[in-house]
Amino acid sequence: MESLTQTIQAVPLNHYILLSTIIFSIGVMGVLLRRNAIVIFMSVELMLNSVNLLLTAFSVYRGDAAGQVFVFFIMALAAAEVAVGLAIIVMIYRNTNSIDINVLNRLKW
Amino acid sequence: MDNLIWLIPVLPLAGFVINGLGRNTLSKGIIGAIGSLLVLIAFGLSVAAFFQIKNSGVPIEVNLFDWISVGSFHIPFAFLVDQLSSIMLLIITGVGFLIHLYSIGYMHDDNGFGKFFAYLNLFVFFMLLLVMGSNYVVMFIGWEGVGLCSYLLIGFWYTNPSYADAAKKAFVMNRIGDLGFLLGIFLLVNTFGSTNFADIFPKAPVAVAAGAPIVLITLLLFVGAVGKSAQLPLFTWLPDAMAGPTPVSALIHAATMVTAGIYMIARSNILFTLAPHTMEVIAIIGLATAAFAALIALTQTDIKKVLAYSTVSQLGYMFLGLGVGAYTGAFFHVLTHAFFKALLFLGAGSVIHAMSGEQDMRKMGGLKSKIGITFWTMLVGTIAIAGIPPFSGFFSKDEILAAAFAHSTTFYVVGVITAGLTSFYMFRMMYLTFWGKFRGTHEQEHHLHESPANMTIPLIVLAILSAVAGMIGVPAVMGGHHELGAYLAPVFEASHKILGEHELSHSTEWILMAVSVGIALVALGYAYSKYVRGAHVPVSDEEERPTLGNLSYHKFYIDELYDKIIRKPLDAISVFFYKVVELLGIDGFVNGLGKGTLETSKGLRLLQTGNVGFYIFMMVVGIIAILLYSLIKI
Repeated sequence: MESLTQTIQAVPLNHYILLSTIIFSIGVMGVLLRRNAIVIFMSVELMLNSVNLLLTAFSVYRGDAAGQVFVFFIMALAAAEVAVGLAIIVMIYRNTNSIDINVLNRLKW
Repeated sequence: MDNLIWLIPVLPLAGFVINGLGRNTLSKGIIGAIGSLLVLIAFGLSVAAFFQIKNSGVPIEVNLFDWISVGSFHIPFAFLVDQLSSIMLLIITGVGFLIHLYSIGYMHDDNGFGKFFAYLNLFVFFMLLLVMGSNYVVMFIGWEGVGLCSYLLIGFWYTNPSYADAAKKAFVMNRIGDLGFLLGIFLLVNTFGSTNFADIFPKAPVAVAAGAPIVLITLLLFVGAVGKSAQLPLFTWLPDAMAGPTPVSALIHAATMVTAGIYMIARSNILFTLAPHTMEVIAIIGLATAAFAALIALTQTDIKKVLAYSTVSQLGYMFLGLGVGAYTGAFFHVLTHAFFKALLFLGAGSVIHAMSGEQDMRKMGGLKSKIGITFWTMLVGTIAIAGIPPFSGFFSKDEILAAAFAHSTTFYVVGVITAGLTSFYMFRMMYLTFWGKFRGTHEQEHHLHESPANMTIPLIVLAILSAVAGMIGVPAVMGGHHELGAYLAPVFEASHKILGEHELSHSTEWILMAVSVGIALVALGYAYSKYVRGAHVPVSDEEERPTLGNLSYHKFYIDELYDKIIRKPLDAISVFFYKVVELLGIDGFVNGLGKGTLETSKGLRLLQTGNVGFYIFMMVVGIIAILLYSLIKI
């Protein structure tokens, strides 16, 4: 265990932060630019997991396990959310024969 | 007797309920019988109460229930029948019964017969409540109630818009006075912590010495009396009130309701005695009203209008009496006035009945032989009001004038001149109506008939009372004992102690009497020479009148004056408030708020494009904005 911590700490914290930021940004861009609902969904997962990564990194550096516990909760929640989200997408597909989000433009004034 | 006293007001109330509910189903005979008999029973009870008090000298007090109870402040619903109210009870139920009886005949052909008796009974109920209340609040209930009944009965023939207007006028004028009365009650509560007569009156001298605002209290109470008893400047409703059926004029606007103000002041006499300034105001207003109304009455041609102004004038006398401290005299005049004025009104009603509804004296004349009973009874009433001995009006008026003389010679001189005017216009009315040639149409002449017995019997009874009622107040100078004064003495005891007795010498009193009787006789003679010998008939409305006569005939343009200085500006202000404050201000604000919300949301809803990508983009922009904000803040 001791060695794992040291291995992780061998990489400077800044790098972890940078990596998470990049992944998060990729997620944001994916959400903003893509139209496929499943891809958007995947991008959201990407954002979520970049945050998870950051949490674990901080947790190791601070020697506080709370961050990692948090991550487990987030993962559990994300799994539940994925189940619901995918179900919604399936229903949308059944109704519109498409998962392009631009088809869903009837929710307006 | 004590446990039956509550029946006196409840009986007329029962009459109101029965007649009110059965006005369309019960026959006229039954309605009339119920209405009259219940008042007659109440009269019987009042007589019993009167004799009990006369024998024992102890007032009857009955506490029915606690009405309002807040902390240490209590307003019981209680009755107090003492010497003063027992006399009022006799007047209200006694004269009231006679007038009910008369109404059976007078209103016989009216469709609203049941309604009329229901209202009349309701009026009697409220009037009894007014005089029997043992505190100002119960008195105020009655006070408002009689105002309501007056309104209902003046506007009894409400299909005629001018009658309905007269009713509204009476109601509004009364409300002005009532406001004063109400404020007076509030001040009394504030000062004495109670509204009970029994609590306030004994404490009053001490409280006044300690600086209670007694002048303000009494002035406010007097404002109430001014409204109810038709004094300057709120008298104009009473002449208009003659729009109601004649029995109403007799009962409400001559004998009972309009004397409520005098009763209230006589009841609170100790408060007024402690406020000499208010007394002075009362005397001056009373005197001014007496003279002013008498001047107007000189030229009126409507028989009921003459009597109406004469009522205002006589009420002015009563206030003069109160103002100079002659409480007994003022109350004596209330009593005698109730008899002779009710008689005169009922007589006028009988004349109108005989003339098939004609009220203009210019179209009457020569009725003396045609309707004999009416003529003789009205003659008695006229002599009584003119103050010619030994009829009742002489004694009561003389007592007031003597007190006025003791107070101030000016008051006396004006009072005596007014007495002369009274004698003149009353005999003018008699001469125009009963003497000379008949001036009406042939049809009217053909229909001339004496009224039925149930109308003439009240006239005869009232005529006897008008003739002899003065005997209960014969002054000492004429060898009498003034039984009324002795009977009422406990009520006015405290005031008399403060005012002291200003005894006039016997020779002065004889001279005063001689002067007033002399002036009355001279006025009578002048009226005789003008209207009987000279066969003068007032000119019709189109012809020119001399300036003074014109002023008097048009009531000194008081109504027009009020119209100009009060109604018109009030109208203008109302229009301003309606058009500017209401429509632009309040409506503008509320509508503007609604419209603003509508317009804003019309613009904002365009943001809801339905494009999911746009939503997400805006969300990201929002998150970035929040992050930037927290960055700057740090």
